[in-house]
Amino acid sequence: MEKRVVFHGKLLPYLLLAPQLLITIVFFYWPAGQAVWQSFLVQDAFGLSTEFVWFENYALLFSKPEYYKSMWTTAVFSTLVAFLSLSIALLFAVQADKHIKFATGYKTLLIWPYAVAPAVAGVLWLFMFQPSLGLVSQAIRALGFQWNPLLDQDHAMALVVMAATWKQISYNFLFFLAGLQAIPKSVIEAAAIDGATPMRRFWTIIFPLLSPTTFFLLVVNVVYVFFDTFGIIDAATQGGPAKGTETMVYKVFSDGRSGGDLGGSAAQSVVLMVIVIALTAIQFRYVERKVQY
Amino acid sequence: MSDVRLSEVRKVYAGGVEAVKGVSLTIADGEFCVLVGPSGCGKSTLLRMVAGLETISGGTCAIDGRVVNEIEPAERDIAMVFQNYALYPHMSVYNNMAYGLRNRGTPKDEIDARVKEAARILEVEPFLERKPKALSGGQRQRVAMGRAIVRKPKVFLFDEPLSNLDAKLRIQMRVEIKKLQRALKTTSIYVTHDQLEAMTLADQLVVMNKGRVEQAGRPLELYERPATLFVAGFIGAPPMNLITLPPEGLPGLQLANKPTGKVVLGIRPEHLFEQGSKSADLSLEFTVQAVEAVGAETYIYGALGGNGTEIILREPGKASPALGTRLKVGASAANLHFFDPETSQRLA
Repeated sequence: MEKRVVFHGKLLPYLLLAPQLLITIVFFYWPAGQAVWQSFLVQDAFGLSTEFVWFENYALLFSKPEYYKSMWTTAVFSTLVAFLSLSIALLFAVQADKHIKFATGYKTLLIWPYAVAPAVAGVLWLFMFQPSLGLVSQAIRALGFQWNPLLDQDHAMALVVMAATWKQISYNFLFFLAGLQAIPKSVIEAAAIDGATPMRRFWTIIFPLLSPTTFFLLVVNVVYVFFDTFGIIDAATQGGPAKGTETMVYKVFSDGRSGGDLGGSAAQSVVLMVIVIALTAIQFRYVERKVQY
Repeated sequence: MSDVRLSEVRKVYAGGVEAVKGVSLTIADGEFCVLVGPSGCGKSTLLRMVAGLETISGGTCAIDGRVVNEIEPAERDIAMVFQNYALYPHMSVYNNMAYGLRNRGTPKDEIDARVKEAARILEVEPFLERKPKALSGGQRQRVAMGRAIVRKPKVFLFDEPLSNLDAKLRIQMRVEIKKLQRALKTTSIYVTHDQLEAMTLADQLVVMNKGRVEQAGRPLELYERPATLFVAGFIGAPPMNLITLPPEGLPGLQLANKPTGKVVLGIRPEHLFEQGSKSADLSLEFTVQAVEAVGAETYIYGALGGNGTEIILREPGKASPALGTRLKVGASAANLHFFDPETSQRLA
């Protein structure tokens, strides 16, 4: 039976919705609208005059090789983070789903990083991997490896990938664990009786049954890497060295805030907006319909 | 030959709870053994120990002469049908049945032949390409059975396979399971809490209570000579009337040859008859409190004069005594059961 509250009159339901609608309008639609508007404008360096230029900002944006480079950086970054955080989280969840001692403590510890703010996570990893002072850096150097994320782009990328992955594992872990626990135990037992080894059981039964969770997480993770990792990058590398870790969202910030190119930065925001709308559409279309089996 | 021998099998859980307290059973080759008892009696645990899904805490379980305590479920050559069917939801019916054979590296042609054969026997041929979601409860049940029979295992294990089906389908599937088992002659262990299912399916009926076997034997043997008060009350529907008789007797109850001391007298509702002029070894008087007419027979519920013990009388055909009337019923000595109220064991 569906439980449904029936309101008399229209005032109360609108009043109850108002706070959420207000937040959405003020913090989402308004800035989004502003970004779209700004992307059609060009301001002079001192902000004294503004000119409406139609799609000039976009044309300029897509003519610059740096923008494609930041796209490539974002692609590398998001692929690495999504793949690593999903696979490590799945490994942890499979282990936590077994009947082990201290399971509750283990789960709690795994969930903690999610509560850490991105900027704090970035600083944390920066400290650990700081070339001259970092504890981990010293250990790596002791092994004879020249570790320097301040100079080497690949090292910097590795650093932000690690930090971003570490933070996202908790979230993925929770969903995978819930997904695993939703698989009826008897199905796994039936597979065991059917002669499937634990490995085979995982790949032929558990993994396919987890596919809706995996797909949902994939979309959520990509959105996370696109937008929420700004804090980590800002704290750990500031997009450097030599823009080696400048993702699209970081470029919005650096072009607009530091570069003073508000129009170009707004155009980039709009591109990102289109991407996230597309991802959400995909998610609604496939995940909500549960097309897995 | 593929018999199952359990000897002093015990299950103690980590918390110290003893779910199965030493069960010894022999299930002969080709025999259909039904474990029955109330929930929590340890019957499912026992079955799962045979399957290898639970570790055995004590005693041994041998299948076909080989002790399997330490052997993985896959190596025991058994097949199990689960209560919720446990079909692989992302695989077609065909793949559900073929999965176990593929895991064992059976050649493709043989898999195909065996799956088609099982599908034919169980009449699921039209659904081979469907996913379990698109099947009805009864069809899923058949697929689960098919998955068990394609492997041609030594032992079939059934864990309350019919309890998710509606009443009509349950009876139909019950008959089919029986026929199938007769045709395949595969040793089977079947767990249920439904005593009617147990009575109709079993070659050997095992009544369990609180982790122990109360009695094992042919179904009619248990019906005719229940060894304990528990079995007397569990087997048969409606259940046996059990009247605690103090040494001085009860008013309104005459008994020809009563054993000495305090006893529990058992008499089945179907063995009581309305006493006209007929003489009987037992006669008792009770007040009619409720009447249930189900067509072919009528159940009359009443309270015994002396201590108010509930009495059920089963009358063939239609009868409708008015509520509150006193009925005098009797039974012959051959149908009386006596139990010791202390040990709850059968006397004589």
